[in-house]
Parts: sequence; C-alpha cells; structure tokens
Amino acid sequence: MSEINLVLNGKPTTATIFEPHTTLLNWLRETGLTGCKEGCAEGECGACAVLVTKASGTGSRLTSVNACLVLMASLAGQEIMTAEGLGSPNQLHPVQAAMVQTGGSQCGYCTPGFISSMADEYYRPNRSGFDLEALSGNLCRCTGYRSIKDAALGLGLPYPNDALRLRQNIAAPEARVAKIESENAVFYRPANLEDALILLEKNLNAKLVAGGTDWGVEVNLRFARAAVQIAIDHLPELRQIHWQTDFVELGAALTLSELEHQIGDSIPLLHQWFPMFASRLIRNSATLGGNIGTASPIGDSPPVLLALGASVVLVSTNGERVIPLETYFTGYRKTLRQHGEIIKAIRIPLPLAPKSKFYKISKRKMDDISSVSVGIALKLENHTVQNIKIGLGGVAATPLRALETENFLMGQIWNLENVTAAAQLMANSGTPLDDHRASAAYRKAMLEQLLLKFFAEVNL
Amino acid sequence: MSAVGQSISHESAALHVTGQARYTDDLGNRLTNLLHAYPVQSPHAHAKILRLEIAPALKIAGVVRVLTAADVLGVNDAGVKHDEPLFPSEVMFVGHAICWVLADSLFAAQMGAAAVQVEYEILDAVITLQDAVRLESFQGNLQLLQRGDTALLESAKHIFMGEFEIGGQEHFYLETHASLASVDESGQVFVQCSTQHPTETQEIVAHVLGLPSHAVTVQCLRMGGGFGGKEMQPHGFAAIAALGATLTGRPVRLRLNRTQDMTMTGKRHPFLARWKIGFDSDSKILALEAELFSDGGWSLDLSEPVLARALCHIDNAYFIPHIRVAGRVCKTNKTSQTAFRGFGGPQGMLVIEDILGRVAPLLGVRGEELRAKNFYQAGQTTPYGQIVKDSNRMARVWQTLLETSDFKQRQQEITVFNAKHPNQKRAISITPVKFGISFNFTAYNQAGALVMVYKDGSVLINHGGTEMGQGLHTKMLQIAATTLGVNLEHVRLAPTRTDKVPNTSATAASSGTDLNGGAVKNACEQIKSRLALIASSRFGVHPDDVVFSNGKVFAIGYPPKSFEFAEIVSEAYYKRVSLFASGFFRTEGLHWDRVAMFGNPFKYFAYGASVSEVEIDGFTGAYTLRRVDILHDIGDSLSPLIDIGQIEGGFIQGAGWLTLEDLRWDSKGRLSTQSASTYKLPSFSEMPPVFNVAFLQDASETGVVYGSKAVGEPPVMLAISVREALRTAAAAFGSGASLELASPATPEAVFWAIKKAKS
Repeated sequence: MSEINLVLNGKPTTATIFEPHTTLLNWLRETGLTGCKEGCAEGECGACAVLVTKASGTGSRLTSVNACLVLMASLAGQEIMTAEGLGSPNQLHPVQAAMVQTGGSQCGYCTPGFISSMADEYYRPNRSGFDLEALSGNLCRCTGYRSIKDAALGLGLPYPNDALRLRQNIAAPEARVAKIESENAVFYRPANLEDALILLEKNLNAKLVAGGTDWGVEVNLRFARAAVQIAIDHLPELRQIHWQTDFVELGAALTLSELEHQIGDSIPLLHQWFPMFASRLIRNSATLGGNIGTASPIGDSPPVLLALGASVVLVSTNGERVIPLETYFTGYRKTLRQHGEIIKAIRIPLPLAPKSKFYKISKRKMDDISSVSVGIALKLENHTVQNIKIGLGGVAATPLRALETENFLMGQIWNLENVTAAAQLMANSGTPLDDHRASAAYRKAMLEQLLLKFFAEVNL
Repeated sequence: MSAVGQSISHESAALHVTGQARYTDDLGNRLTNLLHAYPVQSPHAHAKILRLEIAPALKIAGVVRVLTAADVLGVNDAGVKHDEPLFPSEVMFVGHAICWVLADSLFAAQMGAAAVQVEYEILDAVITLQDAVRLESFQGNLQLLQRGDTALLESAKHIFMGEFEIGGQEHFYLETHASLASVDESGQVFVQCSTQHPTETQEIVAHVLGLPSHAVTVQCLRMGGGFGGKEMQPHGFAAIAALGATLTGRPVRLRLNRTQDMTMTGKRHPFLARWKIGFDSDSKILALEAELFSDGGWSLDLSEPVLARALCHIDNAYFIPHIRVAGRVCKTNKTSQTAFRGFGGPQGMLVIEDILGRVAPLLGVRGEELRAKNFYQAGQTTPYGQIVKDSNRMARVWQTLLETSDFKQRQQEITVFNAKHPNQKRAISITPVKFGISFNFTAYNQAGALVMVYKDGSVLINHGGTEMGQGLHTKMLQIAATTLGVNLEHVRLAPTRTDKVPNTSATAASSGTDLNGGAVKNACEQIKSRLALIASSRFGVHPDDVVFSNGKVFAIGYPPKSFEFAEIVSEAYYKRVSLFASGFFRTEGLHWDRVAMFGNPFKYFAYGASVSEVEIDGFTGAYTLRRVDILHDIGDSLSPLIDIGQIEGGFIQGAGWLTLEDLRWDSKGRLSTQSASTYKLPSFSEMPPVFNVAFLQDASETGVVYGSKAVGEPPVMLAISVREALRTAAAAFGSGASLELASPATPEAVFWAIKKAKS
C-alpha cells in the first residue's frame, strides 16, 4: 500500500494505492466519481476518457486519455479532470451545454468520455475549427454521431479568462520519482535514464511501461501482473527529436500525438499515417517505442518504419546500439532487444524517398486493427526505380519487408506492366492466415492490390 | 404552448454530460459490505458436467461463497420457457455460466472463479446454422405463413431462386448487464437492474427464490442502452445477485465485463433464407416461396416471436398475392439469440430487399422502379390478412424523397463519374420500410401508470416503461404536462419500479410511448376531470368547459379569469377529492392467431424510405457512405429532438449490422469477436458527411397518444439502402449485371463482389 498526492478536479487529493496495477478508472469509481465508465476496459470505446494535464512546449495541454489504461501508480503529482469536474448540471461547461442542446446524449453512458475528448479539442491552442478526429476513440451506440458532430462543430473558442485555458499557459506537473508497492508488486518511476537502466539491470524481467496502452489491456482483460514495473514515459532522453543531416531520431517515449504535433508534415509518410493509428485517445498515450516494443505482427508502425528504412536505437548500461528494423523482429512477438535494454529512439535515414504511402486494410476506417497494412516509399529517376522499400504488416508472424518485390522493381521502369508483375510477386509475400478480421485469400489479394493502388495514386 | 411537440433535450441530458447520471453499477459504491459476483464459464460448446469442485475457491482470501444449483431456493430456471437452467448440469455453449463466486472484492471473486475445478464429458455440438439446418436441429414449432396458391409460381413469366445468409449483431450497449441486490429487514428483496422488462425480472427472481412476486421489487433507474438485449437476458443475472444477497445477507453486485457480456448473452439472430420468386411480364411479384431458418442458439427465449415478426415482414412494402413462407428456429450451441431492435423484422425485410436488388437487373428494370411498382395499393392486405392502413403513404414518402434527395440528377452525375473513374464507382439507392407496430403477442399491448398530484400542485408520474436512452421518460413528462395543462417543470418522473406499476410489459417493440403514454394520459385525464369538477363550480360552467393550460385553469373563452393549477388542487384536497390515479391503456382492435399466422396484429404501420450514396475503392473494396437522405413517418412528433435522434441512431445501427459488424464463431463454438477490439461498431468514420433526416408531414395517427407514431425500431431497416447502393456500385465495376453480396457487406465482401462483377 502506498499513497500519492494528485490534483483531482482542481482539488489536492491523497490517493491510497493498494496495488500497483490499479487503474485510474477503478480508483475514480471507488472514489465516487462514477461518471467514468467501463465500456470495454481495453481503450476501444472511450467511455472512461478523462483529462490529464500533460507537458506541451513551455505550457501544458489538457489531454484526453482512456482511464482504463492508466495506472494510478503512474500519476504521482499529476492533475486529473473528469466530466464531474468540468461542470455541474446547474453550471454546465460549454462543451456540456453544446451536447445538451443538440441532443448529443441518449442513454448517456458514453457521454462523460465524449465530454472529455471534446474538452481536449476545445482547449487546443490556436484552433480554428474543431477536428472531429479528436473523437475517433469514443464510441456511441445510440445517436449515430450527427448530433455529437453538431455539438462539436458549433463550439466557439474558450473565453480568454477561461480557467482551464489559462491553466494551459503554465507547465504541466513534473513526473515525480515514485515507488508504489504492495505485497507482491512494485512500480518505480526512476529519476532519469541512468537510474532506469540500473533498475532494469537489477530486475531483468521488469515490465517497462510507457503509454501502457497495450500493457493496460493485458492487466484488465487477461489479469496480467508484473512483480516489477518501471515507468519510462517521462525520461527526457527518450523524449527528444534530433534532426541530423543524414537521419532524424524520434524519441521512443514521445506519445504519437506529441510526435504528430512536433514533426508536422516534415515526414510525409508519418503525417499520412498518424490518423490511421488507433484513435486520438490512444495516440495521446501510446508511444512509438511501445508499438515496436510489443512486436505485434499487426502493429501499425513497423510497415511505415520499414518503408522508411528505420533503425531502432537500444540503450543499456553497456551503452547504445543501433539495429535496422528489418532484422529486429525475430519471431512472433520476439525481437533482438535483450534483457536490460530499452528502446531509446527510432532513427529514420534522410533524405526521405520522394513518394510514399501507407495503406491499412480494416473493417472500420477509424480505430480498427488492420488485417493487412503496407507502407511504401519510392524514389524514381527518369521513370526508373532507384529505390523502393515496402513494409508489410498482418501477413506473417512478424512485420516484414517485401524484399523480393523490391528487388524485382529495382532498376526497372515504373510502369503498369512492371508494377503488375511486381504486385503478383508481392501477393506471395508472407504467410497470411484466415481469422475473424479477414480471410487469407483477401489478405493475399490486398498485397497485390495495394501495390497497384499505390501505382495508380502516385501517378495521378 | 403545450409541452408535447416541443423540441426539448433528454430529461437527463444535464446529468449525462456532467457524469452525474447514475446507472445500476454506479449505485454499488454507495453500499457497505458489498459482495462481488463472478462466473465460472464453460470452455466447451456442449458438455456434461461430471464434477464441480468449489472447495479450492473457498480457500482464496476474500471468497465468501460459491453459488451452485444446490443453493437454489425455488426453481433452477432463468427463462420463461423453462429451458434455461440458472445453474446447468449440461453446458450448452462456450461461455455458459456454471456457478458464481461471491467475494469481498472483484479480484478475489475472479481468483475464486479461476480456482473452481470442473470436469466435463464433451458432447457433440452444432455450431453453424448450415449444420443445424442439415441436421434438422430445430426448437419450437414450424411457423407457416401462407396465402393464395404458390403453385402458380411455376407459371410466372420470370422465375428466380436463391439462398441468402444474414449475419447476426451484438447489441453492444455501452453499459453491460448489471444487477445489484439487497434484502431488507422485512425480507423484501430489492433488485436494481439494467432491465427492459422489470416485471419479468421480478418474476424470474421470485421463482428462483421461491417467493411470491410481492416479495420482490425490481427497479430500473436507467440503462446505458438496451436495444432488445436487456428484454430477457437480465433475469438470470438479477436472480444470481438476489440469491446471493438472500443467502449471505449482504448486498451483491453483479456486472458483466464486456467479454462476459458478449460470450454469455444473446444477439440478433443470424438467418438463412432459401427462396423462389415469380414475376409477371410487368415485373410485378406473382408469388414467393421461402424458407427462413433463424439461429436461435441454445434456448428458445424470444426466438419464436422474433421469427414470427420476420415472417410478417418478408413482404415489406410489397403486395405478394401468392405466398408461402415456412420458418424454423434452429438450435445451436451458441448464446441464446434474442430480441434486437427490429425483432426479426430487419431479417425478414432484408430477404425481400435482397431478392429485389438481385433480380432487378435480370428483369431489366432499375431497383427503384421495381420497388415502386410492387407497393401495396389501397385496400390490399398483408399475407397475414391485415388491411394495409394508409398504404398510400408509402408512395407519398417515396415520391417526396426522390425529389428532395435529387435522386434522378445524382444518378446521372454518378453515371458520368463512373465513366471517368475506372478504380472508383459510386451508386445511389432508395429502399422503403413498412413496419408493423404493436407486439405480435396481443396480451403485451397493455400498460399502466401511477400519477400523483401533491397538495402544492406538483406532479409525480410513474409508469411501467424503462429508459434506455430512447427518451421515453422525456416524452412521458411532456404527455403528463400537456394533459394536465401544467408546465414541464411541475412534473417529475420517478424511477421505474415494480412496486409502483405492476404487471408491466417489456419496453420493446417500439411500443414504449404508445402504451405507457396512453396510460400516463389516462391517469392524468382522470385527475383532470376531478379537478374540472371542482373548478367548474367556481366558474359556473360545465366541467367539460374547464381549460387547463400552462399551469392555469380557466373557463373556455375566458383565460384572463384564471386560477393557478395549485389552487384548484388545494381545494380538491380540502374537499376530499383523490389527487392520484392509476392509468391504464390497452391497444384496441388487435387479434392474432399465432398458429394460423393470421389476424390483425398491428395497430398501424410506420412508413419510411432512405436514399444512400456510396463510393467504393476498386482495389480494396473499402467504401464510404457519402450522403444519406431519410424521410420517415412518425405521425405528429411528440418530441422532435428525440425523434430525430432515434431515426439517425437507428439508421447507423442498421448500417453497422449490414456493413461492418461481423460476428464470428470458430469451429469449436468460441466467439472470436468477443471484445471491442475484434467486434467493430460504427464510429465517427461511418457517419455520412451529409445526413438529412425529415419527418413526413400531415401524418397524424388517430387513436395513438397525441397523434404520434412509434419510432424506435423502423429506422434500423432504412439502412438497407446502404447495402443496395453497395451492390449497385460493385456491379458498376462490371456490366451492371445481377450481383450477390454477402451480409454484412464488409470491405472484404464488397471486394469479392467486385471480383464477381468484373469476371
């Protein structure tokens, strides 16, 4: 049992944590803030969304996250705001008032989560319109979304003296060094990378926790428990972006939303890819390091990173090493990362290939898991393929490069005939399976079709 | 201005948006000494339980008790057909609950459940609907709907036949099943439950506990969505919580997590249809022969009435002179499929719409022409013998919508677009809906209410319907305020409880407002007539000439000389006149012979039509819904903001069923899509960017509360136009010939349809 201090709906609060795997959702509900709902416990529905104050430049951002995937142990010193804190029935917050007016709630169960995500976007600095993508991680089964859309699009900007708007001008609370423990488990937030690596060396089987969007699902749905968890999401060394002449390094612990915000469209393939990665709610917590660290064959980042020719920068007490991503995955959820190593950054070589695209095949357009995903980066010279890299996901036990297809195309004229022949080769990449997401035949067909689609689209 | 017809927000909207609205499981944390219930679920689709060892669970710290069949005080049954043992000796599907662990914490209950040892003898299982049909694994009776002489089919000018499999649908109400039970000092059992049918929940709890109904009270504050999934499914969970509370003397909380909810509770029935249809030389339907097989899962629950409604909607809006449709409920080792918004109507309707979509190109007519040509004409009757009341409304809806949606012009623009784009194709389709309103089972078409006026003139209403987001309570407040002539803020609504209004029907079949609104209005009218008598002596007029409006009471024609409603109420009290009344409503004119499948089961029909435009990517089969236009007949709208929400929400839910939501079971009977990460319902990305919804004008429905019509279910079936647009767009990759399309029409299904179209 440990205690942490945090600020809940504007009030300093002491939380008793009996077990380091306790989620923010469960703690809030036990506290009596039952507006936070469990709809799925895996970050898919957004009914538990609440606002966490996160760092942003010199100020901060009220950031909507899935409370079911946030561990209380990670929140020492942090600020949390729920729908109850934003307003009351007699004094509605502007986003709440808008939802009442347009009929944006029917059964009301998903509504507090929508309010959180809407408030996050409402307070986005320098906003002109309302980006509906902010609500991509919230599901509603009743309304059909039109009324929620109207509530969102009808919102004005916060008043200059709006307290929460002003709050964002001030830095977010710093992550506090913490040790949260129970009889069987301990959660550490180390002071810096060095301490983290030493801790890890002592606890080789420790679970590294960054965004926790995958680990939280294991904890909630499969009752996974780790004797030792080490938080790394706050480590400054893992939160940098370094532009060099021949590569750029993206910090492994930056959230995808932070990356999206900070790199803008300077890496077009990533710029196109971000909105297709899960939902805004997930991207507000999830990290690139985490997506590679879980080594899922259907993770969405490896196909684009493979197409970009990326490498993984690993760090341990022995120093750093750089491994090309294409050799990094060695089997189903197996990688070259050794005990004691942390993914520090992802290195992308420069200059970038001039033409690139990411394709994701899924049943739903937003926030779905891909059945097949393909990243392609192409450099032509005089209509001839000078370089092409193709990353594939969902067609084998690991993400992989379509090397045979690439080799076939190298040096060839970029025309329909050659691409059609290459697409037939690509169809034979990997060993696609039948499952509930898609049939093997469809996956195979998509490998062929997506190269043809790329050809049609880059030639427009 | 009367409250009815005003566009007002949901009565709980301000509570919803601030997180203050309480749902069943939010109430538990107010209780001390709470126990948590957690099930042990079967890993097998069909097996006999040889041995059940609960002792290891009891050794886990925090585990208080494990409930098994031996603990049942009354009847070990959770269904109304006595085919759903609460604690089974033979498990019938993967996920079937065998016993329940009660513990001080949820985690301890989970650990306890994991420690329970079960030994099984595995039995043969029937998983797929196709296998069930082949093996004739049926339950319930054969249902037969027939009229005329289908032998004439063979003489038709055009004859077609086919087979069509329709996928099921998970309700995915955001709030999973939840019950919270306690027993008071007098032995009264109190169950708070997320249930659409409190009376039936009460009855099942009572028979499991061996108590009379009056010893059990069920309350439903509100539900986080129902959609039919909480009509019959909550009873067993409520009974477990109540049994636990009775045996331990402690309150018991039972809430299913998402995967438990998906693996334990029933869904929309998958269907298999085999059909043969004949058309005359003018493309008019001459005769239809069809067999419908529904996948009922392991027990009957509502499968028979669901099938009956499917049979009664296979005609949709079309006159079919000669028809013979046979229906069977299949028994499979899956969850017991149950009510889901539309209740079989969507599946029945989809069969005929699929047929028309497939055969239109073979008949050489456009889909919209084939459909309009076959609409019911005035005076014609349905296959079950009911005159199609207001049948001309269908054509009125159709014509109006074709115009307001610019159908013809957009169709031409699409032809131009398609000619220019080899890899993208668009299409636009219009489909109709005619949906019968009333429970097929006549006895359910009754409702009660209890309205109380306090001495200060404030009004409290109770009624038998439940609130699941559809805005029923809002409409009841509007009806009470309008009937009593008071302002909305003078009326309050109390939670639905079986000790206020007994013997209620399920809030289902879109009938919540028609029935409960009728009962609330009736109760208010009784009180009003007593008050009118009091007031009439003040004004010296006949009681019928006393007007109640906006909180004032006056003689007709003399509004300036008015009294406050509260003043008349106060006088009534001192004159010892009763200020409360129980209201009652029964739908008139209904009769139904369910063996002959003949009669007048419906009070009226709800009409509507929708136009959908889609664009398909030829490489992947991925598509976007570009624009939707809906015109729907809801009579005189009681509450426009709420009614619009019902239409939009129903449409998107229907579109989810037909395009996206894909239930998959593996060969062992395990549900592979058992969580939000594998079962996808529509999100923002499925909402059409242009979404125009309008009500049919001049559509007042006589004999229904304030001229309104039911709105809950019919809009689901408006989504069929999305499917038909996808079919047409996929066909446009080829020559536009007849094309089969699987349901749901996922991108993969559309991709294979494109392949067929191209070949």
